[in-house]
Amino acid sequence: MKNYMKLEISARGENEGFARSAVAAFALPLNPSFTELSDIKTAVSEAVTNCIVHAYSKTQDGKIIIECETEQTSTGGVLHIEIRDFGCGIEDVEQAVQPFYTTLSDDERSGMGFTIMQTFMDEFSLTSIRGEGTRVEMSRRIGEEDGAAFSKPPKSIRKVSNA
Amino acid sequence: MRILSDYRGNVLYMRLCGEMDEHNAALVRRVADKLVDDHTQSERAVIDLSGVSFMDSTGIGFLIGRYKKLQRYGIPVYVTNPSLGTDKILQMSGVYTLMPKI
Repeated sequence: MKNYMKLEISARGENEGFARSAVAAFALPLNPSFTELSDIKTAVSEAVTNCIVHAYSKTQDGKIIIECETEQTSTGGVLHIEIRDFGCGIEDVEQAVQPFYTTLSDDERSGMGFTIMQTFMDEFSLTSIRGEGTRVEMSRRIGEEDGAAFSKPPKSIRKVSNA
Repeated sequence: MRILSDYRGNVLYMRLCGEMDEHNAALVRRVADKLVDDHTQSERAVIDLSGVSFMDSTGIGFLIGRYKKLQRYGIPVYVTNPSLGTDKILQMSGVYTLMPKI
């Protein structure tokens, strides 16, 4: 059984909390643990913050689209999240995903956003086209924490740039 | 998001309360800096995270920013009571090497 939702929000700071809570609420029927929910909220918060701060530079009146799909499996479920903007795009995605890399170091930015998304989610991919926008796709398996951790396949991390 | 503060025995305590994201951090950055500027005679500072119900990477930037400010006054800083989620982020980013967890 699949479930789907789509959310379109203004790229405004006050929507950061709304976006992560909405995605967490959508995932609730999969019975996520507290840790799983916390990881999902953090990853969503990072992606949405990037749209607001970087894609639209906090000034433009941009839109962010969040699409989620859940899949029930025999052991639990999977949550797929896609977050995209129509902002400036990322010049060098390979550089952008490096830990501690930031273009706004004067602004108390840690440069850890993409690292956290990759660490907290099971799958992560980033696609960006300069001048057109950026798309982050992430998936997280739910309900596999007890004992299944060691049998997890390696993380698939795909980074694509069409700049 | 808000900050509760206390000054006891030459120690400046700052307790953060609320959800620490990019939007909310801007609200408390100036308050925290003013507290530091008003207590430059402190022997140390303790940032209590027990009231932080959510934190993303903005929290890393916020804490390192306060660390740098306190360092200019020669005041060591410690963090205490992070939630499991907050602890995970602070651990992976190496924040505890600058400001030990007590």
